[in-house]
Amino acid sequence: MNKEVLKALEKDARATPEQIATQTGLPVAEVQKTIEKAERDRVIVKYKTVVNWERLGEEQVQALIEVKIQPQRNVGFDAIAERIYRFPEVRSVYLVSGTYDLAVFVVGKTMQEAAAFVWQKLATLESVQGTVTHFLLKRYKEDGEILDGGGEKGRRQPLTL
Amino acid sequence: MSPRSGPSSKRVRSIISKRVEGISPSGIRKFFDILLTMEGAISLGVGEPDFVTPWHVSEAGIYSIEKGYTMYTSNKGLLELRQELSRYLDSRYGVEYDPDTELLITVGVSEGLDLAMRSIIDPKDEVLSPDPTYVSYGPCTVLAEGVFVPVPTVVENDFKVKAVDIEKRVTPRTKAILLGYPNNPTGAVMERNELSEVAEVARKHDLLVVSDEIYDRLVYGVKHTCFASLPGMKEHTVLLGGFSKAYAMTGWRVGYAAARREIIEAMTKVHQYTMLCAPIVAQMAATEALRAGDAVVKEMVADYDRRRRVMLKGFNDIGLACFEPKGAFYCFPSVKVTGLSSEEFAEQLLVEEKVAVVPGSAFGECGEGYVRCCYATALSDIEEALRRMGRFVERHR
Repeated sequence: MNKEVLKALEKDARATPEQIATQTGLPVAEVQKTIEKAERDRVIVKYKTVVNWERLGEEQVQALIEVKIQPQRNVGFDAIAERIYRFPEVRSVYLVSGTYDLAVFVVGKTMQEAAAFVWQKLATLESVQGTVTHFLLKRYKEDGEILDGGGEKGRRQPLTL
Repeated sequence: MSPRSGPSSKRVRSIISKRVEGISPSGIRKFFDILLTMEGAISLGVGEPDFVTPWHVSEAGIYSIEKGYTMYTSNKGLLELRQELSRYLDSRYGVEYDPDTELLITVGVSEGLDLAMRSIIDPKDEVLSPDPTYVSYGPCTVLAEGVFVPVPTVVENDFKVKAVDIEKRVTPRTKAILLGYPNNPTGAVMERNELSEVAEVARKHDLLVVSDEIYDRLVYGVKHTCFASLPGMKEHTVLLGGFSKAYAMTGWRVGYAAARREIIEAMTKVHQYTMLCAPIVAQMAATEALRAGDAVVKEMVADYDRRRRVMLKGFNDIGLACFEPKGAFYCFPSVKVTGLSSEEFAEQLLVEEKVAVVPGSAFGECGEGYVRCCYATALSDIEEALRRMGRFVERHR
């Protein structure tokens, strides 16, 4: 699979096959085939947009929840992880090393909503031994993008030799 | 006040030396002034990366300030940096330079070039250099009291200089050949065998080759040949390089010169009395750039390459014929189809469509009929600039 095509899409999900063909020097048909195969094989998982909701004054609460788990025989952490990641409030779930087991990112409209999810849904699961909730106060960088950055490029002199 | 000191003085002698007066100022000043007052303009007229310095490099600079590294270094530059550089040049190009006697850290290639010229040129010595040429080559030669002799290059040969054209212009006063490949403004890259022919001319006529390789890392689909790596050429070459383009460090002002001992000694003498040393913070950052490896350079090069292809195809699509540039970050399309001179083209394009380019004539006679366009610019800006230039060409062809 041609990685150049994927890199171009990773930079800009809206790039058309024609644009990618120009950027990579590959024929359009090959770019199209690569994209189709990548989508089929779930190498491309999804096309998404990084939105800075704070800019719109939109209230949104995110929390990182440390979850300590009692692993289960045969299925280890996977079964309980699935129980958790199936909730739509859960944005991402990672199994991590260290003092807790699952790092769970939850989104809610209000702090109450996010907190309610934790004590009603998460903490009550049988193999969950304990949770620690951290509400996110400010997002500096997301998915490799600095949210309030990007001003650096305008610092060049407009003409140089 | 003495009558001799004021502007009304009868004295015929000019305040400014003839040597400096004879140098024409940069040809882009007026575009610069128009551009500054313009809203919504897109500039393809820059000559530097649009990336900021990789963070690990900047961070090394910050750390060095925190630790109190704020003094002079040795004239030659930090030993650690020269050692790293020596290893780098050996592993990348297979040329061995002794960090103690054959390397000098300079304030960018700009200073390195000035030092090289002042160290090797006697009055009236001739320097041969391909035209179009980087803007400072001529003036640096003249400031060293040398004579600058342009060697024409043409688009039919992708603006690569031919050894025979150099040899034709060799006289008993010829002292050096000054090369700059990958080239600013054309983006041309010379192949190893083509450089070997130039090396043959240098050997035959005992000429030095000053090789400005500031763009060495920015090549696309071809390999850069370090001139000093050609058989027997290390002794004949003053290699000038730097960190500005590869590591997006233009504002740090740090580069290097590599040459045989007696040349580096001479250059160090001039450097010691005129510059003392390159800034220590920049030298510490450059050391980190060399130590940290290549991943970040490769990523930037891949990004330039994508934009290079977009710009190249775009120019050919709108009818501005452009040869494929294999290096640096410039396209050098012909604007002859419009019937305008390159300066008229640049000026009218700026006024009518708010796109800034640099007229090829700023780089010598052979640049007439072409414009330099930099693709170290956001992809969306390149695409918009191409649309505007397409409209402009439609109106003027």
